[in-house]
Amino acid sequence: MRTPRKNISLAALCLVTVGLHLLTAATGTQYYLTQLTMAAYYGLVVIGLGVLMGYAGQISIGHAGFFAIGGYLAAALTTRNLEPFRDAPLVRGLDSLGLLAAGQDIYGAALLTVTPWAACLLAVSLAGLVALVIGVPVLKLRGHYLAMATLGFGTIVYRIFLASPYFGEADGIAEVPAFPLLPALGGFGPVVVSGGAEHRVLNFYVAWGVLILGMALLLNLIGSRVGRALRSLHSSEEAAEASGIATARCKLQVFVLSAVYAALAGVLLTHFNGGIGPSEASVMKSVRYVALVAVGGMTNLWGTLIMGVGLTFLSLRGVFGAHDDVVFGAILIAVMLFTPEGMLSLRLKEWARRLIPGARS
Amino acid sequence: MSLDLFFQYLFAGITYGSIYAIVAIGFNIIYTTTGIINFAQGEFVMLGGMIAISLLEYLPLGYAIAAAVLITMAIGALIEMLFIRWLESPSVLRMIIITIGISILLRESALHIWGESIRSLPYFYGNEITTFNLGSVHISPQVVWVIVACAVMMAGLSVFFRSTPIGREMRACAANRTAALLCGINTRNMVTLSFMLSAGIGALAGCVMSPITYTQYDSGTSLAIKGFTVAILGGLGNSLAAVAAGILLGIIEAFSVSVVPLAFQDAIAIAILLLILFVKPHGIFGSSEAARLKDF
Amino acid sequence: MSGGNGQTMGGGQEPLLALHGVHKRFGGLHAVNDVSFSVAPGSIKAVIGPNGAGKTTLFNLIAGNLPVSAGTITFRGEEIQGKKTHAIARLGMARTFQNIKLFHGMTALECVMVGRHVRSRSGLFAGLFSLPSTWKEERAIRTRAMELLDFLQIADLAHVEATSLAFGQQRAVEMARALAAEPKLLLLDEPAAGLNIYETAEVARLITTVRDMGITVLLVEHDMSLVMDISDEILVLSFGAKLAEDTPANIQKNTEVINIYLGADDAA
Repeated sequence: MRTPRKNISLAALCLVTVGLHLLTAATGTQYYLTQLTMAAYYGLVVIGLGVLMGYAGQISIGHAGFFAIGGYLAAALTTRNLEPFRDAPLVRGLDSLGLLAAGQDIYGAALLTVTPWAACLLAVSLAGLVALVIGVPVLKLRGHYLAMATLGFGTIVYRIFLASPYFGEADGIAEVPAFPLLPALGGFGPVVVSGGAEHRVLNFYVAWGVLILGMALLLNLIGSRVGRALRSLHSSEEAAEASGIATARCKLQVFVLSAVYAALAGVLLTHFNGGIGPSEASVMKSVRYVALVAVGGMTNLWGTLIMGVGLTFLSLRGVFGAHDDVVFGAILIAVMLFTPEGMLSLRLKEWARRLIPGARS
Repeated sequence: MSLDLFFQYLFAGITYGSIYAIVAIGFNIIYTTTGIINFAQGEFVMLGGMIAISLLEYLPLGYAIAAAVLITMAIGALIEMLFIRWLESPSVLRMIIITIGISILLRESALHIWGESIRSLPYFYGNEITTFNLGSVHISPQVVWVIVACAVMMAGLSVFFRSTPIGREMRACAANRTAALLCGINTRNMVTLSFMLSAGIGALAGCVMSPITYTQYDSGTSLAIKGFTVAILGGLGNSLAAVAAGILLGIIEAFSVSVVPLAFQDAIAIAILLLILFVKPHGIFGSSEAARLKDF
Repeated sequence: MSGGNGQTMGGGQEPLLALHGVHKRFGGLHAVNDVSFSVAPGSIKAVIGPNGAGKTTLFNLIAGNLPVSAGTITFRGEEIQGKKTHAIARLGMARTFQNIKLFHGMTALECVMVGRHVRSRSGLFAGLFSLPSTWKEERAIRTRAMELLDFLQIADLAHVEATSLAFGQQRAVEMARALAAEPKLLLLDEPAAGLNIYETAEVARLITTVRDMGITVLLVEHDMSLVMDISDEILVLSFGAKLAEDTPANIQKNTEVINIYLGADDAA
């Protein structure tokens, strides 16, 4: 994608963001901002997955696992009390690095937790590390084997979170504190990620800002040397190797990148929602992400973004009712059957021509 | 561990293992005929049980099961005709996503029809505390039903594929689709038949195991993963090895209860799956050359 | 014959590529049987032989797509058998493919730019953040790629989707991609396959020009006129084994070679 076009599209996205805010303000539907914020974070997962699936050509039916690793770790670290372990060397070490925060729980007792920033970095790093470790063997697989391996990974993560008391078992983790991203500067108030109504507009812009930034980085990547390498290895691994591209390493790098995107989304969304539950790690979520990438068009990152955010918003608004999963399942099938390149690549003129007999140009 | 407990675990393992083996064989049948891994395989098992339970209101047990199997086979054929038949050399990725989508649709339909409640067929003989004694070991008759049913199915399939004309045609189709086509075999029908067959054995397995394991709208998913693990363990396409692998997995799972918390039991099969995929994706009994012959 | 520990001893003396006792077995099939030969730098060497003689397998062994069953392959003084393809490519080997492997969804220019991968460095991080260090490099890659397209007289097709080009043009793009790597050794897998007389003559001219640029060429080819015309040396394979290795003039007179093509005493 040539740079001017890319910049224009990004600028347009910024305008759309502001437009959405103004629209909700004008129509008195500010509560939509909450779902739009959540949709933006899920969008971040989807575009990361989109680069992995569409450009590197690696399917992953376990990406909810990375989202959950990010979210759960951030949640656990910022809520679990380290006070009883105050004297343990690890805790003292973390404290000396300034990574811990002292506070009070609802009963007024002393509470020692990890600061949200530290928790965020730890969570995202761990997700990246896990991706690195399992990526090496997983990415050697192809086709069904690869799909099953990622499915297996996602399921194991789900089971671990579901079964561990530390992670709240079936109830998940609640009471996750707000995440102060930036302290108050000059005349500006602090930038805080939280679900409070007073922060609603701020959080909307934070979420969309992160999404736009994430998109910009990916667009940069696709147009860069590594991006070309990715696209080439998706098309013909043999020819890519012959051109000196270390395909295995390339795939791994993108895998880790997409895991980091998912984990970051998990962290931020968890702070926004104030909690996380095991359903975020479920296979259905992973399938949903895949469906969104598929319907947006595998090699069409903008399509993936639009569909990802759009359909997620509709789903969050309850437009699909209780049949959420069916809808995504049906979308998946429909897209794969009829438009494997994604709905936005539908050449409507061609379809019209085909449907109307005799209308040949 | 006492001898009694040992045999309890052993039989539990063989029982579950037979079920996994049947699911794996279902995978193999469709895979060898079409090259597709049917992610919805587990749902056939679930549907068999659910439909039989519903039919129980109107029919005696035996007829209800038979009808459930037939209905599930019809559903299998329907799925094939609606979604698979008219695809022209789809990519692997596409097929994976489509069958996942089908699995979701089936599961959600089951949820819609039967709700979230856990149901089961009644024990074929006696009830849940009926046991008969084999030496000092107490075994539920249902276990025998499961093992016998699975064994009969495997034997039946073996005979079918080796001796009947249609079975031979399916094998031809599996070995080389183009050549089979040139021999006048209607490969499209073979594909439909393979779906029907897989659905049928899955359904029957679902019925016999329902009293022991209960049936719920989402019991298909974990079965699919375990069935796939077993299929891979034995080498995709190798049904004899799948039987051995199934029993092996069942036994490992059963005995794992003594070392690992129950909540993690399911994770064992997945861990094994990942291990196999990483180390020897062509299974303990498979060979990499044979696996390469199938388009991936 | 090989130079030992990677010392190049003056232009033209040390073979650029050397095979010693290379075998490749696929189960019971002995596809490559005790093949040894070398390629002198700055020369054009052709590998010929009837179908099934093992030519493509040999290429795949040299380029690292297949592991050898036995024997050594030395390139620029270094043993490369067992190395990964991309590592061998980095050492200065480029290749084209018999069934053209261009990249879907990429223009001709972008395909050639991929070929430039070994001569550039920007990594994932630099790409993500579009660091200034990448801007100059991208421009250089693009310029060089355009120069190569120009060299192959398809500059006007730069922004056309590569896989939609005509056959001969696709071959040219593949050649440009291989040349973009500035290789020391260029492996051409049937460069004239599917081309008519005029296009073949063009290919011949192109290969000799490439040789004159200092690139050594090893090619597999069936078109005898092309082979006889431009090769400095010819290697003849039959049933995986080396039958002869000589100048074109001598090969033409070699009765054994003639026999394997025309069939000697009928073994019907």
